[in-house]
Amino acid sequence: MQTNVTAPQSHRQSHNETFLQGVKDCVPTLLGYLSIGFAAGVVEKTAGLSIAEIALLSVLLYAGSAQFIFAGMIGASASVTGIIFTIFFVNLRHILLSAALSPYFRHLSPIKNILIGSLLTDETFGVASNNTAGRQYLSERWMHGLNVTAYLNWIAANIAGAYLGQWITNPEKFGLDFALPAMFIGLLVLQMASRGKIAVDIVVALSAVVIVVVMNMMSFGSVSIIAATILASTIGMVIGKWR
Amino acid sequence: MEIRWHIFLLIVGAAAVTFIPRIVPLAVLSRFQLPAWAMQWLNHVPIAIMAALVGQELFTHDGRTSLFSNNIELLGGILTFAAAIWTRSLLITVVIGIVCMLILRMMW
Repeated sequence: MQTNVTAPQSHRQSHNETFLQGVKDCVPTLLGYLSIGFAAGVVEKTAGLSIAEIALLSVLLYAGSAQFIFAGMIGASASVTGIIFTIFFVNLRHILLSAALSPYFRHLSPIKNILIGSLLTDETFGVASNNTAGRQYLSERWMHGLNVTAYLNWIAANIAGAYLGQWITNPEKFGLDFALPAMFIGLLVLQMASRGKIAVDIVVALSAVVIVVVMNMMSFGSVSIIAATILASTIGMVIGKWR
Repeated sequence: MEIRWHIFLLIVGAAAVTFIPRIVPLAVLSRFQLPAWAMQWLNHVPIAIMAALVGQELFTHDGRTSLFSNNIELLGGILTFAAAIWTRSLLITVVIGIVCMLILRMMW
């Protein structure tokens, strides 16, 4: 267990802190990004977006679920305010991911933290969280390696989907859409396995699932994920205080 | 093969409202030592959010909730969970998940 919080710079750089190691640690998620990005490209093209617009969308927005929603709402000719508000709520969960990683980047300046945060996704967050076990901080280069690999792969997959989409009209038929839940399941299981507090984690995870399902049934829409995360984390914190 | 002006504005707007929640906590919170209870709370966020995302993916399809009847995603999800616990590999888990779904959708 590392104890010097204040002087990580003086800590000798080990093999798992390099940019290249970040790239390598991103590899298991690439297939997920490829299939989801590909599916997103197909859907965006079908919604009437040009290749250049799809490229710009993946470069600037860089968020899977939000890009599907963007394409869907463009296709349905939704209002500008409607689209932007929906995407804001869908992506608001990043506030929790960003907050949860912040203690591990305390050794970096705000500008460097902004660079890390700007490419934060559910998947890179999942991989980064898996690496926090027994650590006080995460390496900046490693995080950039992870983030940039995921980012470039996402853009390439979207453009490939946009080009090839005219021949593959139904990516669901091949089970490709299931790459996203499969990746979340994998990240969840790997995290629970690495944290060594399986009982509390199972309670938190089950609470989150129940809350999100109940809220979806009550048509809360995109706030469900955020509310479920906040409530389930609170349940976890309370259980921790009891024991 | 061009970018329409109103689409450009929409993309920039959507990107801006996505960028802010991504960066603000990292830029601000990393400058403070958070109190112990806040650290405790944040410690549960990774599990909670991944589980919430899984729950949403497995039980909500096209905006409708389907629990246990007619839910092949749930069946595929259970098989994927087993694969994740068994292999402890993200890559293999994703591949098995896709293959399971491919087979399940062919059968149903």
